[in-house]
Amino acid sequence: MDLLQKIFYLIFSFDRDIYQIVLTSLGLTFFSISFATVIAVPLAFIIDFSNYKIKKFLIAFINSLTSLPTVVIGLIVYSFISRKGILGFTGLLFTPGAIVIGQTILAIPIITSTIVAGFSKIDSKLYETLKTLGADKRQIFLGIISETKILIVAALLFGFGRIIGEVGVSMMLGGNIKRYTRTMTTAIALETSKGEFEFALALGIILLLIALSINFIIHLFLKREDKWKRI
Amino acid sequence: MKIRRILIALLLFVSFSILSQEDRLKLATTTSTENSGLLDYLLPIFEKDTGIKVDVISVGTGKALKLGENGDVDVVLVHARSLEDKFVQDGYGIDRKDVMYNDFIILGPKKDPAKIKKAKNVLDAFKKIANKKAVFISRGDKSGTHVKELEIWERSGIKPKGKWYKESGLGMEEAINMANNELGYVLSDRGTYLSVKSKIDLAICYEGDKELFNPYGIIAVNPANKDYIKYDEAMKLIEWITSENGQKLINDFKIEGEQLFFGSAK
Repeated sequence: MDLLQKIFYLIFSFDRDIYQIVLTSLGLTFFSISFATVIAVPLAFIIDFSNYKIKKFLIAFINSLTSLPTVVIGLIVYSFISRKGILGFTGLLFTPGAIVIGQTILAIPIITSTIVAGFSKIDSKLYETLKTLGADKRQIFLGIISETKILIVAALLFGFGRIIGEVGVSMMLGGNIKRYTRTMTTAIALETSKGEFEFALALGIILLLIALSINFIIHLFLKREDKWKRI
Repeated sequence: MKIRRILIALLLFVSFSILSQEDRLKLATTTSTENSGLLDYLLPIFEKDTGIKVDVISVGTGKALKLGENGDVDVVLVHARSLEDKFVQDGYGIDRKDVMYNDFIILGPKKDPAKIKKAKNVLDAFKKIANKKAVFISRGDKSGTHVKELEIWERSGIKPKGKWYKESGLGMEEAINMANNELGYVLSDRGTYLSVKSKIDLAICYEGDKELFNPYGIIAVNPANKDYIKYDEAMKLIEWITSENGQKLINDFKIEGEQLFFGSAK
């Protein structure tokens, strides 16, 4: 009972240390997802428009990349941006930028595969309809974007929910530096190891609420899309 | 509209924290100095005195020295004299200074199943644990504490092996927590023990051997061939922490009335 009280006190008193960490997490993930979008959305279209055999191969490839372990991505990026690595001159190791790089790599396959999977559910006649109406390539692209934007938003949110909960990349590349690269997940790991369960649990609850509400929003979106399909 | 404003605020916040990295000194140190709260107490004062922001990366001593060797940090604060000397000899570090000391202790269940409270010295205590096959949690992470533990095993002539000897690969607090859960023994520095004391059921089962002296040293990373190393800032930290004022602050740092570290700078 005492424990619960302390946790809720930490959350609702807007404890400065906690919300500093929450903001860092949200900000870094927001950046990672933004960068990932720039690559993942065009990639999804390229995959969708490629011919049948290549498409099948690319989908299998991108889907298998979604299971890349976060620590392996952390390890690879680490070896590049450590001062001994070829990108060592950037001095990025143990900075927020390093986390963004790792998380972006992590997010790209997740977002791409979600969008591609969504495409297959969208009316396949859309492309032909647009073409018979005399649309050029650019118009077809914009037409499809406008018909699939809910799907894309849902994919980005899905990516956000996945990335904000990862710990491997943040820990290895960020170094868990207080008020700089300490995210919700690395803080939870640290505070648990110190035996500060109240702080860790308060963060855990906030993280859970964020991840759950994102998924909740996605399902609202998808439901709306179902209606749209039936019409 | 509101969402957009929040997003923009987030964007600014992160850009700011990414861009504002000029005056940042990277310090690699051991879990014992950060998690005990010592650095949280010292560094804000240093930052106020000098305007230099210190980023603390807390890992084991072995990893900290490796980060220094690669040039990924500017200064290291560690506790494994043999490794420190090698680090300096190999040309990776310069200007090593003593900072402070405390001592290692053996924590164990209050009932002390291996009866190490009666041990003649620390070698004897380790032998008793091994003979009894009492659970022993090893850090297993090349930290200063782990290096010390391995030295003691080697000198006692025992090769610890078997189900009772668990190489955890964890930080000090986590290893203590593990020992607490598994009713095992664990070698710990006194500072970390004092900072987690109220949360565990383990007691000090052995202490006081000269062998268990635990000195901490601070070393600047050698800037030769590494022009990105912030040597001047690193020297400022070294001078500050070994100054009379820095030493007094270290001696004044207490948890529940007990002093964790003792200044030893000359």
